Amino acid sequence: METLIFLIFAALAVASSLVVVIHRSPVYATMSLVVTLFSVAVLFVLLGAPFLGALQILIYAGAIVVLFLFVIMLLNLQKEGESAGRRRGQIWVAIPGALIFIGMVGLVFWRAGAPDLQPLTPELVSLKGLATALFSDYLLPFEIVGLLLLVAVIGATVAARRAPDAAEGTGLPPREDFVAEDTARKEARS
Amino acid sequence: MSSVPVSWYLMLAALLFAIGTVGALTRRNGISIFLSIELMLNAANLTLVAFSRQLNDHTGQLVVFFVMAVAAAEAAVGLALFIAVFRARRTIDVNRLNLMRG
Amino acid sequence: MLDLLWLIPILPLAGAAVNGLLGRRFPKALVTAVGVGAPLLSLLVALGCLWKFSQGSLGSSSNGDAYNQVLYAWTAGDLSIPVAFLLDHLSAVMLFIVTFVGFLIHVYSAGYMAHEEGYSRYFAYLNLFMAAMLLLVLGNNYLVMFVGWEGVGLCSYLLIGFYYDQPFPPYAGKKAFIVNRIGDFAFLVGMFALFAKLGTLSYGEVFTKIAAEPGHVVMGLPLASFVALCFFVGAMGKSAQIPLYVWLPDAMAGPTPVSALIHAATMVTAGVYMVVRSNVIYQLAPGVSQFVAVIGAATAIFAATIAIAQTDIKKVLAYSTVSQLGYMFLAAGLGAYSAALFHVMTHAFFKALLFLGSGSVIHAMGGEQDMTKMGGLRKYMPSTFRTYVIGALAIAGIPPLAGFFSKDEILHSAAANGQWILWAVGLITAGLTAFYMFRSVFLTFFGTFRGTHEQEHHLHEPPPSMTIPLWILAAGAVVAGFVGVPKVLGGIDRFHLWLEPVLYHPAGVEAAEHEMAAGMEWLLILIAVGVAVAGILLARRMYGGNAGLANGRTWAERFPTLHRVLANKYYVDEIYDALIVKPLAGLSRFFWKWIDSGLIDGSINAGAYATELTGEFGRLSTTGNVRTYALYFFLGVILLGCWIAFG
Repeated sequence: METLIFLIFAALAVASSLVVVIHRSPVYATMSLVVTLFSVAVLFVLLGAPFLGALQILIYAGAIVVLFLFVIMLLNLQKEGESAGRRRGQIWVAIPGALIFIGMVGLVFWRAGAPDLQPLTPELVSLKGLATALFSDYLLPFEIVGLLLLVAVIGATVAARRAPDAAEGTGLPPREDFVAEDTARKEARS
Repeated sequence: MSSVPVSWYLMLAALLFAIGTVGALTRRNGISIFLSIELMLNAANLTLVAFSRQLNDHTGQLVVFFVMAVAAAEAAVGLALFIAVFRARRTIDVNRLNLMRG
Repeated sequence: MLDLLWLIPILPLAGAAVNGLLGRRFPKALVTAVGVGAPLLSLLVALGCLWKFSQGSLGSSSNGDAYNQVLYAWTAGDLSIPVAFLLDHLSAVMLFIVTFVGFLIHVYSAGYMAHEEGYSRYFAYLNLFMAAMLLLVLGNNYLVMFVGWEGVGLCSYLLIGFYYDQPFPPYAGKKAFIVNRIGDFAFLVGMFALFAKLGTLSYGEVFTKIAAEPGHVVMGLPLASFVALCFFVGAMGKSAQIPLYVWLPDAMAGPTPVSALIHAATMVTAGVYMVVRSNVIYQLAPGVSQFVAVIGAATAIFAATIAIAQTDIKKVLAYSTVSQLGYMFLAAGLGAYSAALFHVMTHAFFKALLFLGSGSVIHAMGGEQDMTKMGGLRKYMPSTFRTYVIGALAIAGIPPLAGFFSKDEILHSAAANGQWILWAVGLITAGLTAFYMFRSVFLTFFGTFRGTHEQEHHLHEPPPSMTIPLWILAAGAVVAGFVGVPKVLGGIDRFHLWLEPVLYHPAGVEAAEHEMAAGMEWLLILIAVGVAVAGILLARRMYGGNAGLANGRTWAERFPTLHRVLANKYYVDEIYDALIVKPLAGLSRFFWKWIDSGLIDGSINAGAYATELTGEFGRLSTTGNVRTYALYFFLGVILLGCWIAFG
């Protein structure tokens, strides 16, 4: 039974992640990521961490993905074109590299054998145990993460605001010129 | 009572990680690269939880907790930066964001 | 007074420093005061020291009364050489010559160089020369002598190349220095051998040890022979003997007083002084001594033959100097050291006189040195004419002038040793000497003037600052001989007696001066004088009266090839150039182009270029594209993983 669930959701995760990586349209890729996140959440539950599974859905699928979608809509991003010229070769390096990586991991397991999962214990599953550990041994990291989130909020706010004066201090050409340059480059290439 | 070896979970995580890597290296769109990175983070989380189960220790789950928080922060800041870049350059194509070209 | 000995070289050195550093800003009178005053003071101190010295030593037969003044000991590790001065019978003679003639020439220079630019530089160099020469003659060990030796070589180079804005003088200076260097190298090797085997360079110690320890051998030769040979090669360079004489005629490019002082009276005699000082060593090396005599005689006649075909008045005197130096070495080689030194002294007087006289002539002719363009100058320059003739008579060996006595000593020593070939060579050379000297007299001072009108207008007797030294030197040329009147003519040869304490007589070797029957000696003297007179008469017949060059030209036409060879100095310079200079220059060029520029610079450049290439190559990795960087990341991670997994 468990094995079956595992296999289904594993396959789903892999498939949707492939779609994330391959699909041209950013929106579809994001949607596909949601499916992947759900599958991984289920796997978390299978592994005896239901709280984390819930968190995964809440934070990842709920907040982060929504953020992504907001930005995609805001910037009105179009489908991605082909990679031009010199950059095309990247894929030929990346895929073999990834295969090597998987191969290495596989090799480790092949040597070490495939031990079974330990049985689930109530302590592991319970939220109480998790919370206790969080607020006792790991109190400092907890507080720091809180600080980190604060800093991130401030940073994001500052980074994304409109500059007080649009043409000041960036050293880059003003937007309008660059649009013209952009168009000219596109025409030159075609 | 489960019959799924822990190594299967780990292999799955590795596979997801690899796919995420390829995506991060191959896509031109900045947002897409971000998505791939999120994928990689998920794979790492899966590994951590698997080991937490195997070793019967909460620590792994706690680390996942923190990873998620950090991932959220990172996504927020990163996307804010993208917005800023877009305002300046009207593009998110990383091929064209090459001011540091030597 | 004797403890002021050290002042004698120091005073001119100070003069050189003052004029050299500050002279440009001094008024000319001040430069002259310093430049002539320093040698004057030096002369006065020298005369004082000589007086004091002679008081205590007249009639003594050993060198025990020699005065040593040690300034300090120069040490370098184990080596300790005292910087010390020695005043003994030999250095006394040289001291007198150098300071007296040197001073007179300084006075003359004040007049001669009056209109020259570089006046203060001239006096600075000339004073420096005096200092170095005095160091050379006053040193009490070979190292101090060598310092002076090098110093005079340097000053010679500086003064020959005095007119540095013309192309030839610097070349001549360079030539002098380089040819001298060859000799200096040999000198150094000789010193090294002495020090290595005997452990000392002081004259007294060296001479004692080398006589007492005959067993030392260097490179298969006995130590004495080796050192004698090396030192003589050094003398070949400095005193212009065959084959290293080629620099002296070209050295005439310097101002004429320089030629008088350096290349006639003092520097070139340094080699002779050195041989006489080392007479112990030479007497222990009879083979080398014979070689010295042969070279001296060969040089004497060789240079004399060249002189008869020269038209430049200074070149005649230059080759004459080489020839007379040959006489000195002939004497030294035969063991007649006092005869050699006697000739040094008399030669200093009459050669300096002749050079300064020619300087007056050149000065009056506005710089013209070609005798074919002169003539009849005795009307315009009577003082110069008279003193010049006195000098010419002296060098020709006409009694009772100085040259007669010293030359006679030399010929006598050759005959007394049974070396009749050398005697004959000396005799012929004496005839040639008389001939070419009077040839120059007749061409310059007799006949009609052959120059241009402007030159004629310019002809005048030079100022007193130039003529008074001439008369003083003329007086010297007349009386200097009387200190060496030989017994056969009624004298007691005071000069030889004076020098006796310095000469070494090895046990078992007979005295160098054999006894000779008085009648034989008289006969030889008469033959020599006769040859000289014949030379003068021949010159008069060919060039005298109003003949100008008419007869001479006929001679040149009669033997054109011979004349050409002699006038071109046997093409020796050309031969040297082809055999030595050009190959060396070619070799240097090869080393410069291929090895220095090509190989060494090339490999450094190649290294730099390789670094540049590496940089260019590495630069390609900074694409600015973040995906590329991510790829590098990833590859690194994989490598790391492989290493962890399998390493």
